Amino acid sequence: MSFLEIIAFIVPNALFYAAPLIFTGLGTVFTERSGVTNIGAEGLMQIGAFTAIVFNLAMADVLSSMTLWVAILVAMVVSMIFSLLLAVASVTFRADQIVTGVAINFLALGLTLFLVKKLFDGHGQTPMIQERILRFDIPYLSEIPIIGPIFFENVYLTSYLAILAAIIGWIVLYKTPFGLRLRSVGEHPMAADTMGIKVNRMRYIGVMISGALAGIGGAIYAQSISLDYSHATISGQGFMAIAAMIFGKWNPLGMMGAAIFFGFAQSLSTVGSSLPIIEDIPSVYLFILPYVLTILAIAGFIGKSEAPKALNIPYVKGNR
Amino acid sequence: MSNRMTNIVVPVLAVILGLIVGAIIMAISGYNPVVGYQALWEGILGDSYNIGESVRTITPYLLAGLAVAFAFRTGLFNIGVEGQLIVGWFAAVWIGVVFDLPMIVHLPLALLAAAIAGAIWAFVPGVLKAYLGVNEVVVTIMMNYVALHVTNALIKNMSDGSDSTERIHESASLKSSFFEQITDISRMHNGIFIALLAVFVIWFILQKTTLGYELKAVGFNRHASEYAGMNVKKNIVVSMVISGALAGLAGAMEGLGTFGYVAVKSGFTGIGFDGIAVSVLGANSPLGVVFGATLFGSLKYGAGNMPSAAGIPEELVSVIIAIIIFFVASGYIFKLLLEKFSKKKEVK
Repeated sequence: MSFLEIIAFIVPNALFYAAPLIFTGLGTVFTERSGVTNIGAEGLMQIGAFTAIVFNLAMADVLSSMTLWVAILVAMVVSMIFSLLLAVASVTFRADQIVTGVAINFLALGLTLFLVKKLFDGHGQTPMIQERILRFDIPYLSEIPIIGPIFFENVYLTSYLAILAAIIGWIVLYKTPFGLRLRSVGEHPMAADTMGIKVNRMRYIGVMISGALAGIGGAIYAQSISLDYSHATISGQGFMAIAAMIFGKWNPLGMMGAAIFFGFAQSLSTVGSSLPIIEDIPSVYLFILPYVLTILAIAGFIGKSEAPKALNIPYVKGNR
Repeated sequence: MSNRMTNIVVPVLAVILGLIVGAIIMAISGYNPVVGYQALWEGILGDSYNIGESVRTITPYLLAGLAVAFAFRTGLFNIGVEGQLIVGWFAAVWIGVVFDLPMIVHLPLALLAAAIAGAIWAFVPGVLKAYLGVNEVVVTIMMNYVALHVTNALIKNMSDGSDSTERIHESASLKSSFFEQITDISRMHNGIFIALLAVFVIWFILQKTTLGYELKAVGFNRHASEYAGMNVKKNIVVSMVISGALAGLAGAMEGLGTFGYVAVKSGFTGIGFDGIAVSVLGANSPLGVVFGATLFGSLKYGAGNMPSAAGIPEELVSVIIAIIIFFVASGYIFKLLLEKFSKKKEVK
């Protein structure tokens, strides 16, 4: 394989694995920026993945090629509603946000598997979906020499939607009044409250955005990578998205960069055996790379990652 | 109402509510809740075999719950119990397979190896937290995945590419022929004694020693402890290391007791995460952990009887556990209601 061919093979694969991470990670950026820790991203992705697969299986005959996209939307809504549990417990009831997040993960896995067994006669796994997200060549762009084959040939549309979403997320967070309010609530809720911003309402919105985006992430993962739903479908992607958020310093674009890098590491561990040099590296190093890098990043060895100041602290009006 | 009372009332209420919600879910899904809970009960206490297996499940839950609770008392959230458990499991089995020693040396050595492996795994987030102020939650989550992949690679390496190691030598095993006899050859093993001993030791450390006092003080108020002349950084590291050692021992229960080997895992065992649930339900106290581990351990094991006896998916129990945790964690709202309730009474 020539160098160019190798690059043209790796890049779409990295973007392909990165897409669910970018969506979920973007969601966690919004929640944590509002001051709510989101350990429940994994569970929210599970809800999204489960919903998308069940919807896809049920409606594929009716909606044919539109099934995918409708399934993503349905997963988004269901996941958003589910995330309200996190919001109610951790914002209104002032529960420990990490404990609540852990409970969300328990609940999502238990509930989805319970329903899978209920819906599919006791099987622990759904059948494979028929309508799946496919690769395609982007017209015109893929004909550009060098860049075309790398970025625009054999790609998944979802990869580009994810990148677009991250850019929109960045604009919303840094260039709109809403974004400023959301960030202020996560940094100094009392000051924000004094300025007339409804702290708890902003936090509800932050959590729900995360629910919606993690639902999309889970739906994309299920419909492009796993193609069915079982206990092992979402195994760590949610936590990897959290890692991307930290590695990206709670910034949508930084998070996107980290997610693409993690996607790259993930794709190397699966397709790396067919590439020169990479095939000699034991796959365990590629598996642990994202996690080790995150630890180094948060420890300050790769630039300082600082969390929003009011993260994990329920806001009580009038408390200093 | 005193703090102590709410610490008991809130979990008990949460368990009752959790079981009620579970019954509602069963009813909505077209199952009979009475048949369901009967199957669950039979699955836990139906015969001597089930009782033995329930105790077997409770054993690592005790240690994992203690690990979470102990760190929590110092204000640390050790989500890494799962990873520490996995490395402890591997270390114990490695000693059990590679060495061939008399039991009186071999078994303690294997247990010690598990505890040390878990302690090392917890040392990293402990040091990062103490000296660099790094959030331990994130580091321990990441360490879990590193543990999973690294032990999988080591298992393959150790067993020439196969997915499971050899069995450990009998001299390192926690198996008990007495328990096997009285429980109809269940896998109940002597580890339960180690777990209960650990509960006592941790209770003793927390309540009766200077170390425990300092650890709790750091948990209550880091700055006050520092001004009082305590070495906060050292206490944070010590707390994480002890917590990790307990988690490693939980892994040894699986490696030396239940299974006698270690196999490549596609995902987490879940025991470490359930340890969080156990600790939360037990209000982070050693005695509470006994209550939490007994409840969640037996629920988890008993759930296995639900599909065959009542046709209900066993995952229902995970849902119930999650709901119980939600209720306990939202204790604030309970306390508020309880306070209002008792205030009204006083007025009358």
